[in-house]
Amino acid sequence: MDTFLEALAALLLVLGSLMSLIAGIGLITFPDLLSRMHAATKPQVLGFLLLFAGLIIHLRSWGLIPVFALAWGLQLLTAPVSAHMIGRAGYRTKHVAKETLHVDELKQVISNHSQTTGTTAAVPPAKPAQNDEPEST
Amino acid sequence: MIEIAVWIGGVMLALASIACLWRVFKGPSILDRVLALDVMLLIISSALCLDMALNRHTDYLLFTVVACTLGFIGSVTVSRFVSDQRNA
Repeated sequence: MDTFLEALAALLLVLGSLMSLIAGIGLITFPDLLSRMHAATKPQVLGFLLLFAGLIIHLRSWGLIPVFALAWGLQLLTAPVSAHMIGRAGYRTKHVAKETLHVDELKQVISNHSQTTGTTAAVPPAKPAQNDEPEST
Repeated sequence: MIEIAVWIGGVMLALASIACLWRVFKGPSILDRVLALDVMLLIISSALCLDMALNRHTDYLLFTVVACTLGFIGSVTVSRFVSDQRNA
Protein backbone atom coordinates (compact mmCIF):
# COMPACT_ATOMS: atom_id res chain seq x y z
CA MET A 1 0.00 0.00 0.00
CA ASP A 2 2.80 2.38 0.89
CA THR A 3 4.71 1.58 -2.28
CA PHE A 4 1.52 2.02 -4.27
CA LEU A 5 0.89 5.48 -2.80
CA GLU A 6 4.50 6.48 -3.46
CA ALA A 7 4.23 5.36 -7.07
CA LEU A 8 0.91 7.17 -7.45
CA ALA A 9 2.37 10.40 -6.04
CA ALA A 10 5.37 10.17 -8.35
CA LEU A 11 3.13 9.54 -11.36
CA LEU A 12 0.88 12.49 -10.48
CA LEU A 13 3.86 14.83 -10.07
CA VAL A 14 5.28 13.81 -13.46
CA LEU A 15 1.89 14.21 -15.16
CA GLY A 16 1.38 17.64 -13.59
CA SER A 17 4.76 18.78 -14.87
CA LEU A 18 3.92 17.33 -18.26
CA MET A 19 0.95 19.71 -18.47
CA SER A 20 3.32 22.68 -18.10
CA LEU A 21 5.56 21.23 -20.82
CA ILE A 22 2.53 20.84 -23.11
CA ALA A 23 1.61 24.48 -22.47
CA GLY A 24 5.15 25.57 -23.33
CA ILE A 25 5.17 23.59 -26.57
CA GLY A 26 1.75 24.98 -27.45
CA LEU A 27 2.93 28.54 -26.77
CA ILE A 28 5.79 28.04 -29.20
CA THR A 29 4.06 26.20 -32.02
CA PHE A 30 0.52 27.57 -32.20
CA PRO A 31 0.01 30.33 -34.74
CA ASP A 32 -2.22 32.96 -33.11
CA LEU A 33 -3.44 34.32 -29.79
CA LEU A 34 -6.62 32.30 -29.37
CA SER A 35 -4.99 28.92 -29.96
CA ARG A 36 -2.16 29.89 -27.60
CA MET A 37 -4.77 30.70 -24.97
CA HIS A 38 -6.15 27.20 -25.46
CA ALA A 39 -2.72 25.71 -24.76
CA ALA A 40 -2.03 27.99 -21.79
CA THR A 41 -5.03 26.80 -19.79
CA LYS A 42 -3.68 23.25 -19.48
CA PRO A 43 -1.44 23.81 -16.42
CA GLN A 44 -3.89 26.27 -14.87
CA VAL A 45 -6.53 23.70 -13.96
CA LEU A 46 -5.45 20.12 -14.68
CA GLY A 47 -1.73 20.53 -14.01
CA PHE A 48 -2.41 22.30 -10.72
CA LEU A 49 -4.85 19.56 -9.67
CA LEU A 50 -2.39 16.77 -10.50
CA LEU A 51 0.57 18.45 -8.78
CA PHE A 52 -1.32 19.20 -5.59
CA ALA A 53 -2.85 15.73 -5.48
CA GLY A 54 0.63 14.23 -5.87
CA LEU A 55 1.98 16.48 -3.12
CA ILE A 56 -0.83 15.64 -0.68
CA ILE A 57 -0.51 11.91 -1.34
CA HIS A 58 3.25 12.04 -0.96
CA LEU A 59 3.17 13.97 2.33
CA ARG A 60 0.11 11.98 3.59
CA SER A 61 -1.13 15.24 5.13
CA TRP A 62 -4.86 15.21 4.49
CA GLY A 63 -5.24 18.51 6.38
CA LEU A 64 -3.90 20.26 3.30
CA ILE A 65 -7.01 19.38 1.31
CA PRO A 66 -9.01 22.51 2.38
CA VAL A 67 -6.10 24.79 1.42
CA PHE A 68 -5.84 22.99 -1.89
CA ALA A 69 -9.59 23.28 -2.44
CA LEU A 70 -9.38 27.03 -1.81
CA ALA A 71 -6.50 27.47 -4.25
CA TRP A 72 -8.10 25.30 -6.92
CA GLY A 73 -11.46 27.02 -6.52
CA LEU A 74 -9.78 30.42 -6.92
CA GLN A 75 -8.06 29.12 -10.03
CA LEU A 76 -11.31 27.77 -11.47
CA LEU A 77 -13.07 31.08 -10.81
CA THR A 78 -10.36 33.40 -12.09
CA ALA A 79 -9.00 31.53 -15.13
CA PRO A 80 -12.14 32.05 -17.29
CA VAL A 81 -12.31 35.74 -16.35
CA SER A 82 -8.72 36.46 -17.32
CA ALA A 83 -9.08 34.40 -20.51
CA HIS A 84 -12.20 36.38 -21.39
CA MET A 85 -10.42 39.70 -20.79
CA ILE A 86 -7.40 38.68 -22.89
CA GLY A 87 -9.59 37.42 -25.73
CA ARG A 88 -11.75 40.55 -25.66
CA ALA A 89 -8.73 42.87 -25.72
CA GLY A 90 -7.21 40.80 -28.54
CA TYR A 91 -10.41 40.97 -30.60
CA ARG A 92 -10.68 44.71 -30.16
CA THR A 93 -7.08 45.51 -30.96
CA LYS A 94 -6.90 43.30 -34.08
CA HIS A 95 -4.40 40.92 -32.51
CA VAL A 96 -6.69 38.00 -33.30
CA ALA A 97 -6.06 36.80 -36.85
CA LYS A 98 -9.66 36.79 -38.09
CA GLU A 99 -8.91 34.89 -41.29
CA THR A 100 -7.93 31.80 -39.30
CA LEU A 101 -11.35 31.61 -37.63
CA HIS A 102 -13.93 29.22 -39.06
CA VAL A 103 -16.91 30.82 -37.30
CA ASP A 104 -16.90 34.38 -35.97
CA GLU A 105 -20.13 34.71 -34.01
CA LEU A 106 -19.14 38.01 -32.42
CA LYS A 107 -18.84 39.66 -35.83
CA GLN A 108 -22.46 38.82 -36.58
CA VAL A 109 -23.58 40.16 -33.18
CA ILE A 110 -21.67 43.43 -33.60
CA SER A 111 -22.97 43.86 -37.14
CA ASN A 112 -26.59 43.33 -36.03
CA HIS A 113 -26.13 45.70 -33.12
CA SER A 114 -24.70 48.53 -35.16
CA GLN A 115 -27.44 48.10 -37.81
CA THR A 116 -30.25 48.39 -35.25
CA THR A 117 -28.80 51.20 -33.13
CA GLY A 118 -26.89 53.08 -35.80
CA THR A 119 -23.89 53.47 -33.51
CA THR A 120 -20.41 52.35 -34.37
CA ALA A 121 -19.09 49.59 -32.17
CA ALA A 122 -15.49 49.18 -31.10
CA VAL A 123 -14.96 46.88 -34.08
CA PRO A 124 -16.24 48.24 -37.41
CA PRO A 125 -19.23 46.27 -38.76
CA ALA A 126 -18.56 43.60 -41.32
CA LYS A 127 -19.72 43.92 -44.90
CA PRO A 128 -22.64 41.57 -45.58
CA ALA A 129 -20.97 40.26 -48.77
CA GLN A 130 -18.14 38.74 -46.73
CA ASN A 131 -20.55 36.75 -44.64
CA ASP A 132 -20.33 33.44 -46.46
CA GLU A 133 -20.84 31.31 -43.34
CA PRO A 134 -24.34 29.84 -43.29
CA GLU A 135 -25.89 31.05 -40.07
CA SER A 136 -28.63 28.91 -38.58
CA THR A 137 -30.31 31.70 -36.62
CA MET B 1 11.12 6.92 -6.45
CA ILE B 2 10.08 10.49 -5.68
CA GLU B 3 13.59 11.71 -6.57
CA ILE B 4 13.27 10.30 -10.10
CA ALA B 5 9.83 11.86 -10.50
CA VAL B 6 11.08 15.24 -9.31
CA TRP B 7 14.03 15.06 -11.71
CA ILE B 8 11.80 14.22 -14.68
CA GLY B 9 9.29 16.88 -13.70
CA GLY B 10 12.02 19.45 -13.14
CA VAL B 11 13.46 18.88 -16.61
CA MET B 12 9.96 19.26 -18.09
CA LEU B 13 9.37 22.49 -16.16
CA ALA B 14 12.74 23.86 -17.28
CA LEU B 15 11.92 23.18 -20.94
CA ALA B 16 8.47 24.73 -20.48
CA SER B 17 9.92 27.87 -18.90
CA ILE B 18 12.40 28.21 -21.77
CA ALA B 19 9.46 27.98 -24.19
CA CYS B 20 7.57 30.64 -22.24
CA LEU B 21 10.57 32.96 -22.21
CA TRP B 22 10.94 32.49 -25.97
CA ARG B 23 7.31 33.49 -26.43
CA VAL B 24 7.80 36.52 -24.15
CA PHE B 25 10.81 37.53 -26.24
CA LYS B 26 9.20 36.82 -29.60
CA GLY B 27 5.50 37.43 -28.99
CA PRO B 28 4.02 39.82 -31.55
CA SER B 29 1.62 41.51 -29.12
CA ILE B 30 1.60 42.37 -25.44
CA LEU B 31 -1.27 39.92 -24.96
CA ASP B 32 0.91 37.01 -26.05
CA ARG B 33 3.53 38.16 -23.58
CA VAL B 34 1.12 38.44 -20.67
CA LEU B 35 -0.25 35.00 -21.49
CA ALA B 36 3.25 33.51 -21.50
CA LEU B 37 4.07 35.22 -18.21
CA ASP B 38 0.88 33.81 -16.70
CA VAL B 39 2.06 30.32 -17.64
CA MET B 40 5.49 31.21 -16.24
CA LEU B 41 3.98 32.01 -12.84
CA LEU B 42 2.22 28.64 -12.85
CA ILE B 43 5.49 26.93 -13.74
CA ILE B 44 7.12 28.61 -10.73
CA SER B 45 4.40 27.40 -8.38
CA SER B 46 4.66 23.92 -9.93
CA ALA B 47 8.39 23.94 -9.21
CA LEU B 48 7.65 24.93 -5.61
CA CYS B 49 5.23 21.98 -5.37
CA LEU B 50 7.97 19.66 -6.62
CA ASP B 51 10.38 21.09 -4.04
CA MET B 52 7.84 20.62 -1.25
CA ALA B 53 7.36 17.01 -2.31
CA LEU B 54 11.10 16.34 -2.48
CA ASN B 55 12.07 17.94 0.84
CA ARG B 56 8.86 16.99 2.67
CA HIS B 57 7.80 20.42 3.93
CA THR B 58 4.88 22.81 3.32
CA ASP B 59 6.59 26.19 3.60
CA TYR B 60 5.69 27.40 0.11
CA LEU B 61 2.06 26.40 0.28
CA LEU B 62 0.84 29.95 0.78
CA PHE B 63 2.73 31.21 -2.25
CA THR B 64 0.98 28.77 -4.55
CA VAL B 65 -2.38 30.07 -3.27
CA VAL B 66 -1.31 33.69 -3.71
CA ALA B 67 0.15 33.03 -7.17
CA CYS B 68 -3.30 32.09 -8.51
CA THR B 69 -4.69 35.47 -7.50
CA LEU B 70 -1.58 37.36 -8.65
CA GLY B 71 -1.71 35.91 -12.15
CA PHE B 72 -5.39 36.77 -12.43
CA ILE B 73 -4.91 40.39 -11.35
CA GLY B 74 -1.92 40.82 -13.65
CA SER B 75 -3.55 39.56 -16.82
CA VAL B 76 -6.83 41.42 -16.21
CA THR B 77 -4.98 44.68 -15.57
CA VAL B 78 -2.86 44.40 -18.71
CA SER B 79 -5.93 43.50 -20.80
CA ARG B 80 -7.78 46.58 -19.58
CA PHE B 81 -4.73 48.70 -20.33
CA VAL B 82 -4.58 47.38 -23.89
CA SER B 83 -8.28 48.07 -24.47
CA ASP B 84 -8.09 51.64 -23.14
CA GLN B 85 -4.96 52.35 -25.11
CA ARG B 86 -6.84 51.79 -28.36
CA ASN B 87 -9.87 53.89 -27.44
CA ALA B 88 -7.79 56.85 -26.30
